[in-house]
Amino acid sequence: MNARQSYEGVALVAPASTEYRRYSIETAHWWIATALRQALDVAGLRPADLDGLSLASFTLFPDSAVGLTQHLGLCPRWLDHIPMGGAAGIVALRRAARAVQAGDASIVACVAGDTNQIDSFRQLLSSFSRFATDAAYPYGYGGPNANFALLTDRYMQECGATREDFGRICVSQRQNALKSPRAVMKKPLSMEQYLAARPIADPIALFDCVMPCAGAEAFLVMPVEEAERRNLPYATIAGAIERHNAHAEDPIQLRGGWTMDIDELYAQAGCGPADIDLLQTYDDYPVISMMQIEDLGFCAKGEAPRFVREHDLTTTGDFPHNTSGGQLSGGQAGAAGGFIGLVEAIRQVTGTAGGTQVAGARRAMVSGFGMINYDRGLCTGAAILEGAGA
Amino acid sequence: MTEPLKSPPKKNPQLRTSAPTLPPTMRSRAAMGLTAAAAEGRFMLQVCADCGTVLYPARDACSRCLSTDLHWQEVSPKGRLLAETTVRTSTNLYFRERAPWRTGTVQLDVGPVIICHVHGDVERNGRVVLWNRLDRAGQGVLIAMPEQPTPNMEDDPQLRAMTSDPKHRRVLIADARSENAAAIARALKKAGAGQVFIGEAEAWRPNPMRAVLEDIPGVQILPLDVTDTRSVAELAGEIGGKVDILINNARFLRPGGALSRGDTVFAQQEMEVNYLGLMRLAQAFGPGMCARTADGVNSAVAWVNILSAHALVSLPELGGFSASQAAALSLSQSLRAEFRASGLRVMNVFIGPTEDDWHQPLPPPKVPPEALARDLVAGLQAGLEDVYCGDVARDLIERFRAGAKVLEREMTTGQG
Repeated sequence: MNARQSYEGVALVAPASTEYRRYSIETAHWWIATALRQALDVAGLRPADLDGLSLASFTLFPDSAVGLTQHLGLCPRWLDHIPMGGAAGIVALRRAARAVQAGDASIVACVAGDTNQIDSFRQLLSSFSRFATDAAYPYGYGGPNANFALLTDRYMQECGATREDFGRICVSQRQNALKSPRAVMKKPLSMEQYLAARPIADPIALFDCVMPCAGAEAFLVMPVEEAERRNLPYATIAGAIERHNAHAEDPIQLRGGWTMDIDELYAQAGCGPADIDLLQTYDDYPVISMMQIEDLGFCAKGEAPRFVREHDLTTTGDFPHNTSGGQLSGGQAGAAGGFIGLVEAIRQVTGTAGGTQVAGARRAMVSGFGMINYDRGLCTGAAILEGAGA
Repeated sequence: MTEPLKSPPKKNPQLRTSAPTLPPTMRSRAAMGLTAAAAEGRFMLQVCADCGTVLYPARDACSRCLSTDLHWQEVSPKGRLLAETTVRTSTNLYFRERAPWRTGTVQLDVGPVIICHVHGDVERNGRVVLWNRLDRAGQGVLIAMPEQPTPNMEDDPQLRAMTSDPKHRRVLIADARSENAAAIARALKKAGAGQVFIGEAEAWRPNPMRAVLEDIPGVQILPLDVTDTRSVAELAGEIGGKVDILINNARFLRPGGALSRGDTVFAQQEMEVNYLGLMRLAQAFGPGMCARTADGVNSAVAWVNILSAHALVSLPELGGFSASQAAALSLSQSLRAEFRASGLRVMNVFIGPTEDDWHQPLPPPKVPPEALARDLVAGLQAGLEDVYCGDVARDLIERFRAGAKVLEREMTTGQG
């Protein structure tokens, strides 16, 4: 097998996030344009300066990235559409970085955004994938709640996790969210409130679930020289991996595709788990964050419950995790959920995270997980980003 | 143990009747194989002809060897429950109204991992056997059942929502003069049915069955002539709001095809009873039943047609009659579409020659009334759409599926 080439020379700049809204009368086009405009403004660029576009969205129908070029007046020489939900950010980053390195594009905008209109979430779920339509939706699986309930049930049996363990992730993320201006959740969450919440699909209760909402996230990928010439704070990619449909033989997903590639990720980045200053996991449910903490090498398989008991996951703690509040407290704006941790990580390592800034953050790990096609998420990805810090 | 279902109290006519909602209907063409198997109560999954892998969910290509040669086959339905959840809310209205709803992940001994409904008596992480049933949308779904039967297991609300169980339900049998009316009424009462109404045409004519029927407790004989639109409408006006299962057993049969008869008198009568009779019943009783499919314990649930298996292929000795049965079969398919939005199920019971006067010249095997009644009630309890009752009907459907043209030729050359 060929050795992985480095991502050197590629800069990630202009992290942009719109506000998030529970319901919106606007379209995905509107949200995507809003985030894109914000990123361009930060970088001092005009739309015509872009020659690459990478897009992720579920609610753009009947348009795709192609239609959006005309809608938004863009003329890219490199175009990508990434239907990978929670893994879209990592995948977009990997592809855009390679395009910039190869000279196929010089400035790529990576954007993800979705709207959430009344009833649009239900309609999205009813035709999410063929296997879901055939074999999950008919069983009352109106969304991934029940899927993750099954996974959580099995994980609790195998690893001895308790509701309090999952609660630690949710409660500390809420603490982080209260320092972020964009998070939809504005009120504190106590462990008592977490444990007493309305049951949704046992053992999952209200605060284990993300709130579908409208919003968009964006960042730009360009050569380091270009970022320096424009005097933009930038992050670099120390390493990045992705994997799809891993461990298909496991009857229940208790590990993800990260396990197949994690050693190569650390080797590429020239560091180990202890060198990571903060972690952004994909957190549509706390069980999947625990799985990432294990599969990304921060503790052994089955040890995440103990790990979260022994660490402080807030921005001022010894293991800063989902520093902007993640999706659990920030909200899940469709495909933007696959970008939220990545965009926050760029802010963190460039010292521009404001109220959620982790002191001395120079190396962040970001992880993506997406597409519950039937009984498990198929896409996994992770990247290690580095920056000059605050 | 399942809590036994209690007989419902008398309905309060001032309360609004719940509008029917359905579980999700959409399926890929491949997945419809599960529905076809569930219509007959069979447990089948796709098997790869090249490498033998058992596949689920339904695919167009094998996920082990990429073969596209996949076939639905009967495989072992046994497995173990690996994880479960009780869904307490759903974006889907049907499940939202029926929450809490138990579902889980079952790994079958033959390999596949299956998300399915879970019966209340299944033990946590226990051994299970999967049943393939039609849900109220008429699509095949899998439900994990305890390996050994448990008391009142048929009363589990999730299972009952898929079946047409006659327990506590009120039934109309269309024709009291049929040889099978008494056997069907007895089998229904044994299965726990509520009141059984039986229609009788031309009450002034002597009915040798009447005394036997009147002896069955809970049976009420009422005037009904399926060839008379007004008679059908009058009975629907009287009892249409409390018919949960309608069994159309009316039929008219005379020997012969076109040439042997010389005129169309018998053919007209066959169509009047066997085809138009079904249509009159559907027009009079169908709308009321469709409106009552979410009406609690004794909601309207099934429409049953007793059809000759010669609806599938003509038996020339009964050529005219076969044609009327083919017409009724075609209409029953239309009714499935027309009833679909309500979840009211159409079950066709196909029979071969029966033990009665008009089948006297035909050789055995023949279907006795008790066998018909047994298969009919079992079909309701399993929520089936198609029941093949007796050796002749089962033989015919097997040959029909193997090759309809070959079967037609066999029938027309006297090899039927």
